[in-house]
Amino acid sequence: MKHTIAVIVENKSGVLTRIAGLFSRRSFNIDSLSVGATDNPDYSRMTITVNGDRDILEQVIKQLSKLINVIRVSELDAGESVERELAVIKVNADKESRSEIMQIVNIFRAKIIDVSHRSMIIEVTGDEEKIDAIVQLLRQFGIKEIARTGKVSMVRGARVIKA
Amino acid sequence: MSQKMTGAQAVLESLKREGVDVVFGLPGGVLLPLYDAIYQSDIRHILVRHEQGAAHMADGYARATGKVGVCIATSGPGATNLVTGIANAYMDSVPMVAITGQVNTWLIGKDAFQEADITGITLPITKHNYLLRSAKDITRVFREAFFIARTGRPGPVLIDLPRDVTVDEVEFTWPEVELSGYRPSFKAHEMQIKKAAKALMESERPVIYVGGGVKYARAESELFDLAVKINAPVTTTLMGVGCFPEDHPLSLGMLGMHGTKYANYAIQESDLILAIGARFDDRVTGKIASFAPRAKIVHIDVDPAEVSKNVRVDIPVVGDAKNALQGLLKEVKAKGRSDWNEKTDGWKKDYPLRYIPDMNIIKPQYVIEKLCEIAPDAIITTEVGQNQMWAAQFFVHKDPQKFISSGGLGTMGYGFPAAIGAKIGRQECDVIDVAGDGSFLMNSQELATAVVNEIPVKVAVLNNGCLGMVRQWQELFFEKRYSATILGRTSPDFVKLAEAYGAVGLRATKPSEVEPVIRAAMAVDRPVIMDFIVSPAEKVSPMVPAGATLSEILELEWCDTDQYCHLEKIYAQGRKDILGQEGF
Repeated sequence: MKHTIAVIVENKSGVLTRIAGLFSRRSFNIDSLSVGATDNPDYSRMTITVNGDRDILEQVIKQLSKLINVIRVSELDAGESVERELAVIKVNADKESRSEIMQIVNIFRAKIIDVSHRSMIIEVTGDEEKIDAIVQLLRQFGIKEIARTGKVSMVRGARVIKA
Repeated sequence: MSQKMTGAQAVLESLKREGVDVVFGLPGGVLLPLYDAIYQSDIRHILVRHEQGAAHMADGYARATGKVGVCIATSGPGATNLVTGIANAYMDSVPMVAITGQVNTWLIGKDAFQEADITGITLPITKHNYLLRSAKDITRVFREAFFIARTGRPGPVLIDLPRDVTVDEVEFTWPEVELSGYRPSFKAHEMQIKKAAKALMESERPVIYVGGGVKYARAESELFDLAVKINAPVTTTLMGVGCFPEDHPLSLGMLGMHGTKYANYAIQESDLILAIGARFDDRVTGKIASFAPRAKIVHIDVDPAEVSKNVRVDIPVVGDAKNALQGLLKEVKAKGRSDWNEKTDGWKKDYPLRYIPDMNIIKPQYVIEKLCEIAPDAIITTEVGQNQMWAAQFFVHKDPQKFISSGGLGTMGYGFPAAIGAKIGRQECDVIDVAGDGSFLMNSQELATAVVNEIPVKVAVLNNGCLGMVRQWQELFFEKRYSATILGRTSPDFVKLAEAYGAVGLRATKPSEVEPVIRAAMAVDRPVIMDFIVSPAEKVSPMVPAGATLSEILELEWCDTDQYCHLEKIYAQGRKDILGQEGF
């Protein structure tokens, strides 16, 4: 069972190590983790996807909350939040395949951000399933390289998760 | 009224403002500026002979006084030598501030001489830690560190102090603590208290299960009042020993692996467990799936992460134990004695802790009983293993600040330095370290510290010539193959060892000598080692084998005769050297 949590942390050196260390020490599994500064430069926001049952999730949240540099931990219910991931994918693309790839890119509302004689780079955003789907379709042309960001997530509506 | 001073002076001024009157440490290259400031300060510095000793002394001081203990070590090896002591304090939630020297900020990360990434190393064994990069942060960080160490669930905080930070000049300020990410819970939720009280009132077979949290919250009198008001029997963990007077009829003593039979039976038969400041450790619960199968569990703890970590809790009460118990006391009505009390009393009568006394060989349990008889109000510290369990079982404990033992980490070599720390904090008390011949040697160098600083602690070595607890397991579960557990003649002569350091050494080889030796030791105002030559084959009993259910607790045959003869043969040669006589 996958769970997504948003963690507001102090934007200080070593904080990521504390979080990662906590996960490895307590044998919690991180599926994905993304970090970035918030509107307030003193704080960063992490989106962490955790694999485990309800009890494990509860422990993860409680143990994270104990860290002094962690300001807030919230679970994001998948049904009530929007999730996005970004991937850039370098695929083989020659004269024959280029137009077919472009069709796929259009269907997925992705973007081509670099073209050369033998390859192109595609940028795509969406939820995990969408990215998995385009990756699957592009595989036939030969994926040379792929970089994915990990998920960011936000609750729909007026509710706000802030420091 | 700010004042210019060096970083080192700001450290000392911060310590003073936090009420620190003694620190335990050992200097080194990068600490020269700090030690220069210590030289000019009126804070007492106890020079140790190994940094591990400093950490355990600060820990023992903290447990005996309730104040934050402070230890200091230099960068690199000094800092890494503190690691065991910090981990020990972390596992037992001891308030401690560890100060380590660090290389100059511009050398950090360059593998400089005596550089170690101590904040990285101690990340999983500190409540929090800091690497200071600027002298202007010193006062804020020290204030935060002490606040974090002593509040909520206490624990060790480490401050890494680069050399240049201690040299730089700084305006002294004393900022208020502002930690938006740290809000320890204190007040228990009223609704949860009501639910807990209702469950207690409805329960027919309640047991109160008490851990170290009651000691840290200083909630012993509230616990006592509650137990007596509702006539509920009380059992404690090793960390909770002394929180409830063990000579009281409601006391079931300690539970768990080497707990009493009656405590373990009571837990398994209970319909409600009120856990207070305890964390359902595997040494306490035995096989977790069959732990207290019929009991509803109410759990009071200051650390929300402990609730439902190991067992599913029915009624969590997050908050300070004293606060929660005061709330509970108001909600519950008095209850008279019940069939349940009769039942637990019956178990107490039928299955007491016991051993077979001997006229010729000293039984270790006998030594503990005599210590208790002669020095009932002494602070007892312990090493780890058989000595620790016997000290927990056979001394009648009444005050949690007077039983000091390494519970979570199980650190051999803890008891002696902890005794020194405790004695410095509580000079009016006698302090006795109950030790084994194995564990005492792990920090025996601190004899120098005790002698030089005139700290008259007493050590009772239960000298059985083996690493007894592991030997016991080998006897029971490894077909008596004593792999690397027989010390026999390889231990030094503890009397001569004491004398070599300028301490007093005494030895008892016969039961009749035990009392005179203890009385002589307690009468001198100097550090004393008492070397008790005890039966080598004695086992700690009763025992719940690892992974078994608590009710499967075994009464062990204390001393297997074959084993006794076998061990005697192994020891004979060595003992002859020490005792100047044949065998025993």
